[in-house]
Amino acid sequence: MAFELETATNAEALRRVAIEPVSRVEGHGKVTILLDDDNKVHQVRLHIVEFRGFERFIQGRPYWEVPVMVQRLCGICPVSHHLAASKALDMMLGVKLTPTAEKIRRLMHYGQILQSHALHFFHLSSPDLLFGFGSDVATRNVVGVIAAAPEVAKKGVLLRKYGQEVIRLTAGKRVHGTGSVPGGVNKSLSAEERELLQKDIYQMIAWSREAVGIIKGLFEKNLAEYNRFGRFDAHGMSLVRADGAMDLYHGGLRARDKSGDIIFDQFDYGRYWEKIGEDVKPWSYMKFPFMKHLGPDDGWYRVGPLTRVSNCDFIPTPLADAERKEFLAYDAGRPAGSTLGYHWARMIEMLHAAEMIKELLHDDDITGTDLMATGTRQERGVGVIEAPRGTLIHHYRVGEDDLVTRANLIVSTTHNNQAMNESIRQVAKQYLDGKEVTEGLLNHIEVAIRCFDPCLSCATHALGQMPLEVELLDAEGTQLSRMQKDARGICTAE
Amino acid sequence: MKAPILIFGWGNPSRGDDALGPLFVERIEALNLPGVECLTDFQLQVEHALDLHGRQRILFVDASVDAPAPFSAERIEAEKDDSFTTHAMTPQSVLQVYRDLEDDDAAPTWLLAIRAETFELGEPPTATALANLDAAVEWARDWIVALK
Repeated sequence: MAFELETATNAEALRRVAIEPVSRVEGHGKVTILLDDDNKVHQVRLHIVEFRGFERFIQGRPYWEVPVMVQRLCGICPVSHHLAASKALDMMLGVKLTPTAEKIRRLMHYGQILQSHALHFFHLSSPDLLFGFGSDVATRNVVGVIAAAPEVAKKGVLLRKYGQEVIRLTAGKRVHGTGSVPGGVNKSLSAEERELLQKDIYQMIAWSREAVGIIKGLFEKNLAEYNRFGRFDAHGMSLVRADGAMDLYHGGLRARDKSGDIIFDQFDYGRYWEKIGEDVKPWSYMKFPFMKHLGPDDGWYRVGPLTRVSNCDFIPTPLADAERKEFLAYDAGRPAGSTLGYHWARMIEMLHAAEMIKELLHDDDITGTDLMATGTRQERGVGVIEAPRGTLIHHYRVGEDDLVTRANLIVSTTHNNQAMNESIRQVAKQYLDGKEVTEGLLNHIEVAIRCFDPCLSCATHALGQMPLEVELLDAEGTQLSRMQKDARGICTAE
Repeated sequence: MKAPILIFGWGNPSRGDDALGPLFVERIEALNLPGVECLTDFQLQVEHALDLHGRQRILFVDASVDAPAPFSAERIEAEKDDSFTTHAMTPQSVLQVYRDLEDDDAAPTWLLAIRAETFELGEPPTATALANLDAAVEWARDWIVALK
């Protein structure tokens, strides 16, 4: 399998640029760019050291421990793993959730979407967007945003805090929650908790609408650049409700091709492996998922907010659906196909999450007492959820002794692996064409990666703030030049 | 009414010595000291600035491979550093966020960095790190008593 700029035909004659961030616990990534003698980009690859040891971490454990322990796979989106594992084990137990259990889980999930999207937009990406991709790194961070736009930053903090409160009250704790269990939940909301959350939800909806307005305004101001930046065509896949509505908690799998035509729809995710394969490449630890009937070369796809907003037929909350329609129609739909369109789509989803939270908070089932269901046990279960960053698959096989014998996880960032590579290739073609790798050029690559909000936080969000090393090597491995960005964002060149 | 002393330890309990922060919090919580609130999370983030409200003293606690054994403890101030990443802000950055949001400084703050060795997924904390934790807890008991 070879994509344009993935594998150069004469790599031995090319010079190599490596960008290597360092991380503490979450894995790390590296971008390598091979230049030819004319300093044109010849080969670009994003290497990510994927979370390894997932399966080993889970196998051999009693199944009822799994929803709690998988939260520790990733400190960034623990709730998504908590819920995907719970769904998989519901299937293993042959359970159909009670209304209270399903709605409490949905509330938890939309709280997670709200807080994650708020953090990403207001504090991770808005510095790029508000100050420009090549701006001084000293101001291009959350503190810079607070200084330049204190109200925007404060709303971001409070939106995130609200989402965390939803999680705390549904999961039972701020972190390491135990709320969702195989077969249901172990708590619902008390009347006081419900009232507490109801008090502020209208403010959250208002701020979410403002956030959509901010990104829309940025697109209007920089339309040509935003539409062009890191742009590529891709198939897309997400869960969609049976009636075609966006549903981030449950549904059937729907995939569309690059032209927007449906490839498959309402496919039962319990047999996901019939549609999705995982390719490996010798240069990357991370797998490359693809749609089997299209093969690894043509079957790769994109997941996450950008795909979800255009993949569904409608969003079942009025404000977000109105924004979706405007997004898809804007500038003949070009932003909806652009990599930076992820940010716009993400804010539409944040608004949808806020509206869903409001809806659930006014549903009496969330204070119900029928929390658990029983069923006929199966030997395996699959749980799929639309996590903030995209489709998340948990698949377990459980022995008669209740111990997990097999686990397979496909996380959102893995689904987007090829798409992220493609985006970086486009950015590299646009901006890296010279003898010198500058900080500004690197920033553009970082901005492209950040659009996907990959879950290798320390490797990706961190780019720009964390230690970064850039090497220019010739075909023999001799270093021609080197640039290092330290943890404080200070660049030194040799 | 918030407890005047906040102890905030962070880390992933299932990543080897990264568990030192949460374990420290567990140990202090078990002492049941009046006037002390203990909080924990996987990583520091912007919203944690809101937890600093209404405190008189703050102690941040983290595992560190750079700290001298068994631990280091130092006063820290708000700082506009660029070191924080999306999901792992420094405590100095959190103090800065507090300052910018509240237009005021947070209460006097210390950072307790407990010497760690490895952060492997699924591994328990190392014996060395646990010994460092013991020493850090002893120091913290004295620190809390001295404040009172």
